[in-house]
Amino acid sequence: MLSKRIIPCLDVRDGRTTKGIKFKDNMDIGDPVEMGRFYYEEGADEIVFYDITASSDRRPIMLDVVRRVAETIFIPFSVGGGIRTLQDMREVLLAGAEKVSVNSAAVLHPDIIRQGAEAFGSQCIVLGMDVKQVPPSEQIPSGYEIVIDGGRRHMGLDALWWAREAQRLGAGEICLNSIDADGTRSGYELQLTRLISTQVHIPVIASGGAGTPEDLLHVLTEGCADAALIASMVHYGTYTIREIKKFLETSGVKVRKT
Amino acid sequence: MIAILDYRAGNLTSVARALNYIGFPSRITHSHEEIQRAERIIFPGVGAAGKSMENLRELGLDEVLRERLDAGVPVLGICVGLQVLLDYSEENDTPCLGIIPGRVRRFPSDMRTTGGESLKIPHMGWNAVAFTRDHPVFEKIPAASEFYFVHSYYPDPGDSRHMAGTTEYGITFASAVAQGNLVAVQFHPEKSGPPGLQLLKNFCRWNGTFSR
Repeated sequence: MLSKRIIPCLDVRDGRTTKGIKFKDNMDIGDPVEMGRFYYEEGADEIVFYDITASSDRRPIMLDVVRRVAETIFIPFSVGGGIRTLQDMREVLLAGAEKVSVNSAAVLHPDIIRQGAEAFGSQCIVLGMDVKQVPPSEQIPSGYEIVIDGGRRHMGLDALWWAREAQRLGAGEICLNSIDADGTRSGYELQLTRLISTQVHIPVIASGGAGTPEDLLHVLTEGCADAALIASMVHYGTYTIREIKKFLETSGVKVRKT
Repeated sequence: MIAILDYRAGNLTSVARALNYIGFPSRITHSHEEIQRAERIIFPGVGAAGKSMENLRELGLDEVLRERLDAGVPVLGICVGLQVLLDYSEENDTPCLGIIPGRVRRFPSDMRTTGGESLKIPHMGWNAVAFTRDHPVFEKIPAASEFYFVHSYYPDPGDSRHMAGTTEYGITFASAVAQGNLVAVQFHPEKSGPPGLQLLKNFCRWNGTFSR
């Protein structure tokens, strides 16, 4: 039986992580390669590196990070942030990432999903979706709307429609981020996660709102998510991945033992 | 030297990186000469069966692979590199190499867990492999170790004697097969953490003999 995946997400700017780890003395806390290795040894099932570097001329720095990560960890990892073209995807995959995630670029030019899936296979293409709850309307029947630019730009697209459309275009997985829950540490958006996850046949990674191991339990059971993205709850040493997995296991969720 | 067959499939470098990490240098190559000199061959793969077969034939690698197998060289197939060893794949309706009897089938679309949750396709993520043969390549791997899978089609060997490991995902399928100096796995050992690296290490030290 397939295990539910626990996926730490590292934000990287100019080759350094923006949130460090506080609990391992001998670690260069800002180095994404060290942090990736640490989470790999802790039992992470996959790792997401999210490039928040503002200027595109600093891209080679991120590619170098990806290359070094690929030499040190032997689980799948994905890279997102600033992926706009087929060439961006190719560079990241050649540097050793297993998957690339596209978000705003796919909203603006959906064909990038189809092109990416055709060139590299659906299994490499993750659709990142930022979603905000809105009153249901004719245009947004599910009551969940796609937003970009960190939630500032409403795109007039229904989240459920977009998830299905991305699947049709060839996305292999969806990373579903609730902008409303993001950063609150008060739990994932369960209703949204369940809605999307039960209506598509590709795996859904829940993102946004994780604060406690119970939050993961809820999203992986009631929320029907296939995987859960976590960030600050492990970056700041509040919990370890090992502890979270132990809790999930005793709560009856199938997780990978390491 | 270990040759990693380059038939323009995705993700060849991750196999090379994992081998490098465990101390076994390799070459990603489609040169017949280089492959003929190699002590062992890894036949990796990410991609569709149709395109994979087309590329293998175009590069003449299907024949080189057969010849090396006949010569007794240890060969490890990974993912699509396992699937195309069988007779036929339902993916793109593709006649394959026919080195191991059997077919590659698509997962049924209506699979459910015992709890009633519907199962997604692709089968993507970590799942356990029950190794059913005492094979040198599967030595020192803790029981119930999980490996990373990503596939929508599964191998169905015609002869159960070729089965070397099984995995449950709605159905029970052959996640590892073995025949003489050939061993092949549906999962990605290069992306499966310590048990995957152990499997690769075992393969790199295997002399290619296996009596079942």
